[in-house]
Amino acid sequence: MDSGLIQEVVSATLLAGTPLIIAALGLLMNERAGVLNLGAEGMMSLGAVYGFIAALSFSSPVLGLAAGLMAGALVAGGFALLTITLQANQVASGLALAIFGVGLAGFVGKPYESQSLKAVGEWSIPLLVDIPWLGPIFFQQQPMVYLSWVLFGAVWWFLYRSRSGLLLRAVGEDPAAAHAIGRSVVGVRYLAVIFGGALCGLGGACLSIFYAPMWVEGLIAGRGWIALALVVFATWRPFRVLLGAYLFGGVLIAQLFLQGSGVKISVPSQLLSSLPYLATIIVLVLISRDSRRIRQHSPASLGRAFRADE
Amino acid sequence: MSNKPSEYRLSTQGLTKHYPGTIACQDIDLTIQPGEIHALLGENGAGKSTLVKMIYGVTAPTRGQIFWEGRPVVLRSPAMARELGIGMVFQDFALFESLRVVENVALALPKREPHRVLAKRIQTVSERYGLPIDPEKPVGSLSVGERQRVEIVRSLLQTPRLLIMDEPTSVLAPQAVERLFETLRQIAAEGCSVLYISHKLHEIRALCDRATVLRQGRVTGTCTPADETAGNLARMMIGQALPVVNRPPSKVADVALAVNTPRISSGDEHEVGLEALSFSVSRGEILGIAGISGNGQGELLRLLSGERLAPSADAIRINGEPVGQYGVAKRRERGMAYIPEDRRGQATVADLPLTDNATLTAINTQPITQYGLMRHAAIQAFTQRCIEIYQVVCSGSQAPARSLSGGNLQKFVVGRELLQMPQLLVCAQPTWGVDVGAAAFIRQKLLDLRSEQTAIVVISEEIEELFEISDRIAVIADGRLSPIRSVADSSYEQVGLWMSGLWDSEGALNA
Amino acid sequence: MLDWPIRIVRRDRPLARMRYLSPLMAIVLMMLTGMLIFLALGRDPAEGFYTFFIRPISSLYGFGELLLKATPLMLCGIGLAIGFRANVWNIGAEGQFMLGAAGATGVALTFPNLPAFLLLPLMVVSGALAGMAWGAIPAWLKTRFNANEILVSLMLVYVAGFLVSWLVFSPWRDPMGFGFPQTEMLSSAALLPRILPGTRLNIAIFLAIALVAITWIVLQHTAIGFRLRVTGRSRSAAGYAGFSIQRAVWIGLLCGGGAAGIAGMTEVAGPMGQLTDKIALGYGFAAIIVAFLGRLHPLGVLLASLLMALLFLGGEQVQQHMNLPKSISMVFQGLLLFYLLGADLLVNYRLKWNG
Repeated sequence: MDSGLIQEVVSATLLAGTPLIIAALGLLMNERAGVLNLGAEGMMSLGAVYGFIAALSFSSPVLGLAAGLMAGALVAGGFALLTITLQANQVASGLALAIFGVGLAGFVGKPYESQSLKAVGEWSIPLLVDIPWLGPIFFQQQPMVYLSWVLFGAVWWFLYRSRSGLLLRAVGEDPAAAHAIGRSVVGVRYLAVIFGGALCGLGGACLSIFYAPMWVEGLIAGRGWIALALVVFATWRPFRVLLGAYLFGGVLIAQLFLQGSGVKISVPSQLLSSLPYLATIIVLVLISRDSRRIRQHSPASLGRAFRADE
Repeated sequence: MSNKPSEYRLSTQGLTKHYPGTIACQDIDLTIQPGEIHALLGENGAGKSTLVKMIYGVTAPTRGQIFWEGRPVVLRSPAMARELGIGMVFQDFALFESLRVVENVALALPKREPHRVLAKRIQTVSERYGLPIDPEKPVGSLSVGERQRVEIVRSLLQTPRLLIMDEPTSVLAPQAVERLFETLRQIAAEGCSVLYISHKLHEIRALCDRATVLRQGRVTGTCTPADETAGNLARMMIGQALPVVNRPPSKVADVALAVNTPRISSGDEHEVGLEALSFSVSRGEILGIAGISGNGQGELLRLLSGERLAPSADAIRINGEPVGQYGVAKRRERGMAYIPEDRRGQATVADLPLTDNATLTAINTQPITQYGLMRHAAIQAFTQRCIEIYQVVCSGSQAPARSLSGGNLQKFVVGRELLQMPQLLVCAQPTWGVDVGAAAFIRQKLLDLRSEQTAIVVISEEIEELFEISDRIAVIADGRLSPIRSVADSSYEQVGLWMSGLWDSEGALNA
Repeated sequence: MLDWPIRIVRRDRPLARMRYLSPLMAIVLMMLTGMLIFLALGRDPAEGFYTFFIRPISSLYGFGELLLKATPLMLCGIGLAIGFRANVWNIGAEGQFMLGAAGATGVALTFPNLPAFLLLPLMVVSGALAGMAWGAIPAWLKTRFNANEILVSLMLVYVAGFLVSWLVFSPWRDPMGFGFPQTEMLSSAALLPRILPGTRLNIAIFLAIALVAITWIVLQHTAIGFRLRVTGRSRSAAGYAGFSIQRAVWIGLLCGGGAAGIAGMTEVAGPMGQLTDKIALGYGFAAIIVAFLGRLHPLGVLLASLLMALLFLGGEQVQQHMNLPKSISMVFQGLLLFYLLGADLLVNYRLKWNG
């Protein structure tokens, strides 16, 4: 392979991993507060479809992103009401959200399936793009790639450097203790869930506005679930989300590249297509087998409802 | 005594809390003066914790009024109580294990403060009150005693004017208790009131200026504890003299349980490693194991019960048969029964009816299944027998376990295990959180079982209880088991000392 | 607590009646929301309601279709209910369904000349085994490596889709099928006999009902059912009593996979008559709702599968007669589960007005 091709593949990998990073960062914050939202697939689908419709109607990718973000935040708010205020089972509520979101996205998006958006060009970061070889890979990218980096920095700073982030982690570890020292568990959890939904919606919108750029039923194709798996793989730490998402981006691009390259290989295309999903399983197995490590890093109250005495 | 609330740091008038079906607190009048150490004395279930929850803003009263320095206040949340100057040290610690000490403290403070500055302040306060802690250590790595210090320091940093201590000595060795008392006296001398919750009479007589005694949700008296005898306090607390159990001399037969394990290291940081163990228990005797919680009791119980397998089959023998590699069910089939510490979450399933909860362990030994099918009539009969013989107050055999009070649920669990006629019984904290009457009943049943030639291991944090029923006694500290002594040859003081793990030096002292 | 107009107060004991009422409340709320949706789309809500909920079952043929669709839903739902009872979250029934369909098709294509009374049972068994094999993967990864069964079983749905797609594109493609991704039509011996003239209803409905009945007996009256019930409610009580959690995981996923596999078989040997890459229509996912709506109880699953079948038919009807996308039925399904979970609050809590 020549060097230009490698550049191209790495660059595409970053791009493919980006919606996953955005969604997984949101889910990570969500889970750090102790709430498990399995509805990621639904929230991403809704973000994608509403983002696409808004971007198309207003001819503005920025408004599209905002619409996707809001769609995700809105349904996540419903999920929060159900699981935090009404104490419903988080697993079942998440599944309901996944089914509902995918269904609603398919329903709403039907009339828009044949339409397409103008692809958004790449942004070059002055000076940095001139770094030999690496510059064009990292600094001549679609804007959503930069957006994901900014979000990564923000999430990292929030979690480890801010007082509110400390509170978020504390609530996820022991909500009863947080309540006992006078902190609002409900408030923190609501905000975290809505933030998680907003980023899932944003991730979905990035997919339909920048990456695809179009909408078709099933566009998300399991990325919401993969994002959930990524959070486990990352053992709830932001940097590893970045790493994991690019790994998946790599698998995604590799299989597309193999399928499209015309290189005659004796492997059925379906096997290649299932590689990202198989990779998710393998990665989950590798990380989960050390149950001690999972226990050490996972938010201790994850998935459990909290209710203050009355 | 004047009733003007303005003279008091905190007072309550007619404070009442009703839960569906139960009255937790009824018309409580409580007064706490500035700089006073005030005891709240009562049995488990007398309403102490409900009262404190109302004062700390966790629970809203059904009616009644709280006054803070003379002003009527409505406390809607712990945050409001803290703002007024009420601090609380919880029995089961409101700390975050994965966070450092300084972060734990920062979270509880109203304003943001640079961690370096805060760490300095922590150090200052901890030195001043003789509560040494390292602000940079993660809480998960601290011992229970150190965690308590963190909680106290955290409360003191907010310069509280009322500090609530909920059963603070249950996690401390006797020597540490004395140190804690000194700290509390110093805090009180500086003008902060202390509300000290306990059911231990001697502590209250040694420490507190005044005491309010609760029984069944009502105040039964206010007194100066130093002027009262322990007997008087007990009568106020339980309404009668302390019941005594009948303990016939033991007739020891052959060995039923023999344990011989090498060192077992801990699985993770939440576990205590167990040092090599070697002991045996004979039919017809009770071996008591004392110790402060979190010193390896849980790990020892799991090892004995089969929830955790021993490293080799012959490490544990029941009636001579190696069972170390057998799980719970197989050990039960060989005559073991087990009463765990956690009766709500572990010994029973809260949502299921008593019939199902009886089946839970009876399925191993009783003829209640046939060809894999449940014999509902037999289950019903067994459950009914358990309810009647063990005087379980409930609405019937279909009542869900969650609807029983702590004492009745424990009687049910004890009954379920004892009705299976075990040859070996392992039990943990058999009377923890149970009222005095039920506790005496349960202890008597254990002694009766001993008379029927069952070997019994009792692990408990209550030294008095162990002295009342055991034939031999040992202490577990930091995963090590002390030498086993006959109860006749030991004393409270010695066992108390051993609870800090200091039995090795003793031979030297005695020599 | 805050001074909100309504407070949520715990009941001193769960209100048993509410367990049966809350599904009904959820259904009513779903229907009302459905009418609002039609209204928002500028359609006549009464017409929408009629087309969605009444029209599908207003003829004998429609009634047959209802039971036909309820069959795979009932099968998948009952299998999932067993696992959910033990807190084993198999959400990959869709994939296990596809594997079952493929397994049954494989037998039918391999032994085209066997008589029906041999071939059909063989297809049921191979469908069940294939579904179980697919369910065994998350079970093994869970018990051996502690890998989350929700994510693994879900990922395997996609893999199953590609596997079936490969089968019908390559080795099993009908040479006379004009290149369409499908097998040849199965021989008549491999098709389930129809039982109601004028409809497509076949004997699989009896198989489903029989499995529901057997499950009922096992769950309510055997030691296995008892152990699953305890394991699902309290892990630590299960550990205390010596009930193996690993075994519960295996039972949950194998039953779920087997039942979904049989459902897949009834689909190829029933209405489809062949294996295509569109064999799975979402029954496996809808079955999650069937299980919850049926309170994880066999009889409840039976009733819930009928309702869910109606939602599928309703979706087809509004597509046909009102020109709305079929995916509206998934919207209804999700809403139904949302409302059910919300209404379940009333089992353990009551609402109190702050006066």
